[in-house]
Amino acid sequence: MTTILQTEKLRVEYRSQEVRQGTKIALHGLNLEVRAGEVFGFLGPNGAGKTTTMNVLLGFTQPTSGTASLFGIDVRQPIARQRIGYLPELTYYYKFLTAEEILRFYAKIFGIASGEADKRIAELLKLVELEHAAKRPIKSYSKGMQQRVGLAQALINNPDLLILDEPTSGLDPLGRMKVREIIQRLKNEGKTVFFSSHELGEVETVCDRVGIVHQGELKAVGTVAEISRGHENLEKAFLKIVGFQTTTPL
Amino acid sequence: MNKIFALAGVVIKELYRRKDFYVLFVLTALLTLGAGTANFFHDDKIIRYVKDICLLLIWVSSIVIAIVTTARQIPAEREARTIFPLLAKPVSRGQVIAGKFLGCWLASGIALVVFYFFFAILNGTREHSWPVGIYLQALWMQWFLLAIVTAMVLLGSIYFAAPSSTNTICFIVVIGLLGLGGHLGKIALQQAPPVQNILMVLYFFIPHLEWYDLRDFVVYDQPMIAWPAIALATLYAAVWTAILLFLAWLGFRRKGLNT
Repeated sequence: MTTILQTEKLRVEYRSQEVRQGTKIALHGLNLEVRAGEVFGFLGPNGAGKTTTMNVLLGFTQPTSGTASLFGIDVRQPIARQRIGYLPELTYYYKFLTAEEILRFYAKIFGIASGEADKRIAELLKLVELEHAAKRPIKSYSKGMQQRVGLAQALINNPDLLILDEPTSGLDPLGRMKVREIIQRLKNEGKTVFFSSHELGEVETVCDRVGIVHQGELKAVGTVAEISRGHENLEKAFLKIVGFQTTTPL
Repeated sequence: MNKIFALAGVVIKELYRRKDFYVLFVLTALLTLGAGTANFFHDDKIIRYVKDICLLLIWVSSIVIAIVTTARQIPAEREARTIFPLLAKPVSRGQVIAGKFLGCWLASGIALVVFYFFFAILNGTREHSWPVGIYLQALWMQWFLLAIVTAMVLLGSIYFAAPSSTNTICFIVVIGLLGLGGHLGKIALQQAPPVQNILMVLYFFIPHLEWYDLRDFVVYDQPMIAWPAIALATLYAAVWTAILLFLAWLGFRRKGLNT
């Protein structure tokens, strides 16, 4: 299978806010590989390095050493992001634009021709059920509606790889189901999905493979069955891998 | 190039959907209208004085629009975190800088065209003369001054996180350049070395915004400036703008995005 997303010995150091602490290592030689057509769940406790990994992959953060590539292209080159869609954890869109305008803007950024963009925008607004609100400014949307705009913009270029940062965070059960449906649909279309999540039940449902990162290192990678082997479920396996210990039985 | 125009389009859309822009716009229009329609005893001196005030208002308002609009661009993108979905697209940081610059420059240019149109109509109906050529030259030069100002503010906004700091510092710098730029050479000649040398270096180093001020040509109905001189001033502004944008890109290309 073709490798779509790859990191090799990825190391990211931050200068700590506190003077005495010097530098803080966010990623410690991370090696990661996501193959074409799979849904890959990227798990880890808070501060494990998930967001930093995504930030490097999306070109927001420069790695201290090591390499990261998308479709074989170094992530530092903007063209590496031509075939990806990204949904951030929270809704970060121009609130003074309407859903239609924001989709048109991103279509232009991707260089999609006007006629094709019109067709794609109509399809996406239908998919995320925002046709009725397409001409309203985003500032008037509810949180769920804003998240759906986010999903639509992530799909505007019909991406081959979708990077989702906790896509169901803060959504109601209906919204979560919708996101899961879309991930499943993309998988059926042969697209690759790379997403971070704290919802282990959701990960078990939709992922082909999972990677567990902790303290900036990839601690485990494999199918859900492989990771869960010898444990009651994925959650128990996850807690064991990240070294969580409790005095009361779970 | 399409990406840069798309980014510029969002800047312009934001500007015309913001109410504060209209407040400044209407205020300037009203003041210009009020001052322009007053006909004080048919005294030429007073009429010229009023014209001068109208043009000063246009100058101040266009500089305010350029500075305030530009200063917020990058900090607002970072604060609202809209920069993240944007940079997750195949767009470089250089294109973001270029798009923001173009949007702000075009927006202040649009405001400037409306202001000058307003001024020309008022003046023309009162004096029955239409010196379109000098108006165009004054507008063109002021627009290129705004290019330097916009690029300078964009550079400032990369280093100063708060738009208010960028606004204040850039206002002081622009006023300083406009006020001192023309006199610095003369002051330098009156000094003894090494102060003279330092001031001369400074004179040749700073952008000379005062060259773009053609208000006196409009007020005193002077003939048009030779077009080669205008072309040279345009080139000078383009070079300064390019230098400032390059510095802004250098600062922004590796800047952390978290506020």
